[in-house]
Amino acid sequence: MSDFLLEIGLEEVPARMIAGAEAELGRRVKELLTRERLLAAEAKVTTYSTPRRLAVLVEGVLAAQADAEEQLTGPSWKVAFKDGAATAAAEAFAKKAGVPVSALEKVTTAKGEYAGATVKRQGVSATQLLAGELPKEVLGLYWAKNMYWRAGKPERFVRPVRWVVAMLDAAVVPLEIAGIAAGNASRGHRVLHGGAPVSLASARSYQEALRTAKVIVDVAERRHSIRKALDKATRTVVGARWREDEPLVETVVHLTEWPSVILGDFDREYLTLPEEVLVTVMRDHQKYFAVEDAHSKLAPHFLAVLNTEADADGEAIIRHGNQKVLVARFKDARFFWDFDQKTPLTERVESLKQVTFQKQLGSYHWKTEQNLGVTRALAAAVKNAGLAFDETALLKAVELAKTDLTTELVKEFTELQGIVGGLYARAQHLGERVALAIYEQYTPASTEDNIPVSVEGQLLGLADRIQTIVAMFGIGNAPTGSKDPFALRRAANAIVKILAESELPLTLDSVLDGSGADGANKEQVAAFLRERLHFYLKDMRSFPYDVVNAVLAAGANDVRDAIARAEALTAARKSADFEAISAAFKRIKNILRQAGEKGFAVGEAQGGKLTPEAQQLADAAAALAPKVAALREKRAYGEALAEIATLRPVVDAFFDKVMVLDPDPQVRGAHLSLIDGVLRSFSGIADFSEIVTA
Amino acid sequence: MRISIKLLGKSDTALLIKSVLSSIEREFPVPTTESTAALQSSALTFQELLFRLQSFWADRGCVLQQPYDVEVGAGTMAPETFLRVLGPKPYRVGYAQPSRRPADGRYGENPNRLFKHTQFQLILKPPPVNVQELYLQSLEAIGIDLSRHDLKFEEDNWEWPAGGAWGVGWQVMLDGLEITQFTYFQQCGGMDLDPICAELTYGLERIAAFLQDVDSIYEIVWARDPETGAPVTYGEVRLAEELQFSVYNFEEADVAKLWEHFNLFEAEAKELLGKADGLFASETASAGEKQRFPLLATYELALKCSNLFNVLDARGAISVTERVGVIGRIRALAVGVARAYAAQQAA
Repeated sequence: MSDFLLEIGLEEVPARMIAGAEAELGRRVKELLTRERLLAAEAKVTTYSTPRRLAVLVEGVLAAQADAEEQLTGPSWKVAFKDGAATAAAEAFAKKAGVPVSALEKVTTAKGEYAGATVKRQGVSATQLLAGELPKEVLGLYWAKNMYWRAGKPERFVRPVRWVVAMLDAAVVPLEIAGIAAGNASRGHRVLHGGAPVSLASARSYQEALRTAKVIVDVAERRHSIRKALDKATRTVVGARWREDEPLVETVVHLTEWPSVILGDFDREYLTLPEEVLVTVMRDHQKYFAVEDAHSKLAPHFLAVLNTEADADGEAIIRHGNQKVLVARFKDARFFWDFDQKTPLTERVESLKQVTFQKQLGSYHWKTEQNLGVTRALAAAVKNAGLAFDETALLKAVELAKTDLTTELVKEFTELQGIVGGLYARAQHLGERVALAIYEQYTPASTEDNIPVSVEGQLLGLADRIQTIVAMFGIGNAPTGSKDPFALRRAANAIVKILAESELPLTLDSVLDGSGADGANKEQVAAFLRERLHFYLKDMRSFPYDVVNAVLAAGANDVRDAIARAEALTAARKSADFEAISAAFKRIKNILRQAGEKGFAVGEAQGGKLTPEAQQLADAAAALAPKVAALREKRAYGEALAEIATLRPVVDAFFDKVMVLDPDPQVRGAHLSLIDGVLRSFSGIADFSEIVTA
Repeated sequence: MRISIKLLGKSDTALLIKSVLSSIEREFPVPTTESTAALQSSALTFQELLFRLQSFWADRGCVLQQPYDVEVGAGTMAPETFLRVLGPKPYRVGYAQPSRRPADGRYGENPNRLFKHTQFQLILKPPPVNVQELYLQSLEAIGIDLSRHDLKFEEDNWEWPAGGAWGVGWQVMLDGLEITQFTYFQQCGGMDLDPICAELTYGLERIAAFLQDVDSIYEIVWARDPETGAPVTYGEVRLAEELQFSVYNFEEADVAKLWEHFNLFEAEAKELLGKADGLFASETASAGEKQRFPLLATYELALKCSNLFNVLDARGAISVTERVGVIGRIRALAVGVARAYAAQQAA
């Protein structure tokens, strides 16, 4: 049993792509070895990565495939041997199988007697197989963006391949990837180790040899070490904590081979800038961690994760450099802030004509006008339903919502659009409700994000997004497959989420009505919103898919109502009675479908003669229907479903005893009418026939 | 990943070249406390920085070119890059390129922003396998002791839609400061490149301010008297230019005349491109006839249009509806020249 090591040495791979590629490489190597019968049962596959390398170590590779015997079947025995002598057919078969004619044997199968040969297949060595197959696996790795680097463009990869290590124990596996012959020499940290090759004594010595060369190849170890170093550096400030930021941790893990952390400071005076701006500069632009004091307020420090280990003088130089860069950015931000105040938001509406929203549609000035129209319609619907909000503030917020696009601060920090508008509105005393609505207009930015807290912010967010979706669909920019360049799915997800988690008395239809959409465009958007509601229930709220299908089949307009029904149904479906009801409803649907296909008419239940079991069902259903309807009206869905479940005995008895599709058309018609009525009366909460039963 | 989309809205071709470089003169070291004096006296002057980079790369086989003498928004637009990267011929060239971004002018009042900054532009076609190591050596050559700094290559791809050009690469970060854009060109003029090339763009003002540890671009020591050590600052050399071009670009430039210039340059370029189309499609034209066709002059006309567009934009004279159309007109010229140039090289 051997250990196999593969390391692909690369120029710095984009941090965002490394984790996926590392996992894929491990999977590909494991699958290759499994497919080729070279992986020992107890084998262990470990993957490693840094910005400059992807590696996989397999402990437990067989030296070679086991030899195998294979039974080949040739021509029929009669054709192969005439009068005991081998014919040309026998000779051809023996030659093909690589055995002498004398080794052919008679094989008896169900179809008759044939000439057969037993062939020994010698297992291929791991070295030979890996040398032949592995390069294809490596070059098959998926990258979000590829490049060419060699003349003649023989291959594409994320960045140029600069060295390859491939070893079985201490021996080099002679393979070539992208023109680079594999060897046993890796490379260490660019600066701390320098250019000297890192020769590996064996595959298994990889991790420790690289550690000596100032590279931590194990991602989890680097992550742990960075977190510890962040803690340690923060402890030098009394009461301080670094602000947890998992995505940023992952980024710096994939930007470093030998991480260390420095704590830097900035002048307290910059803390007068809004925290949003400070954190954006630190996190998004500089990849620094923010530090907060014991009251969770931003403290005048930051943490930078370095890809080196410097002496005290070096650390001082590095700290000084990072501080200067950060302070310059803060100064820029302050300059922009002060500069922007010279032109209040209220004087920027006109200049939105200079900012394109979408070239076929118009400017952000046009967009604002449209948003105002949609907002007025939504506001009217909300007012009619009696929910209180400040309409004047709302319309002011809509009018000013996009004006921050003309500010220098947003031009510099585009990710702060909306937030900057809100901060400026507050600074310019435009009213707290106006400011908050503008501030919150782009939330939720993701499915995990919270919805706006203010009704005005919710309405602004809805109006802005539905206007965008309807207008984009109108010019043929609906998302297709994986392509959604205008992030319309995200916009629609936000609409659903706002309706789900707010108290707004609005439905998908009323939002769409407010947008002024009509005709085919409206139908398209309606279907799109329903699809997003399906996504929300299934993927965000984790309702079982059959519950989602059942609930939406009974109505997909009122989002919060659909959630309530899904919750009730999820709870109810576990009971045995309910399972039986679901099965029965499925049966009813099937029978009605068959009847329809055969052209059987649905008759009259009352006039027709019903068997006792059918009559019992009719009576029970008639008694129950108003009760269920009343509970449904009250949205007491759990109780309603419990009531429906009580139908089980009569439903079971009905299907046990009654032949629904009776030959007598009158009886049949009565039965059909009965079950059709049951289906209609009790499918208002969910279409139970969608429920998957055991 | 940052691409130049952000700048698209701002000011066309010249500005689009590199989102990152556009901000090179923006982000910048600020006031310091300790050891500034010591650093300043030992650090390279602005012109020594350039000398060192030039001699470093000349020693490694690069042709040293002079700055291109037509206005450009970035070193990439000079024909030594934009046209030389096309076709199969290997080439290595380095040059300092003053790069104009009229809208970025600040009358010389902002310590971090300039109307015109200087890029040291390097094209290595094809890239040597040790191109990154060479780059690191060039940093050592300008006095950066890498063992006392933190260096990272962070993903940063680049595209210039108006030139039909894009590449992948990094922004090189030194102690949190972006000092170089490193790009592997993949396409130019809408054509796949083979061989590809590496483009290194050093932001000289930014690097000089870092090395000299000064607060403002204008405090950078450009040169020092060899006898007395008395400094000549960046401000002394360039402040008047920043002020006057800001006044021109924002206040004085005559919009109607700029449009006239634009239309004239464009008309001539289009006429030449029309001729080029016929010539390079012709089976009877000789190789000599094709090779003497003045595509380099045609390209200058396109560059003129690009710069005029940027001035008009800074002047606030380009409306939303016009913008896309004008960028398209410049693209037609730039991409047209690139295609014709490739055909001419093949002739």
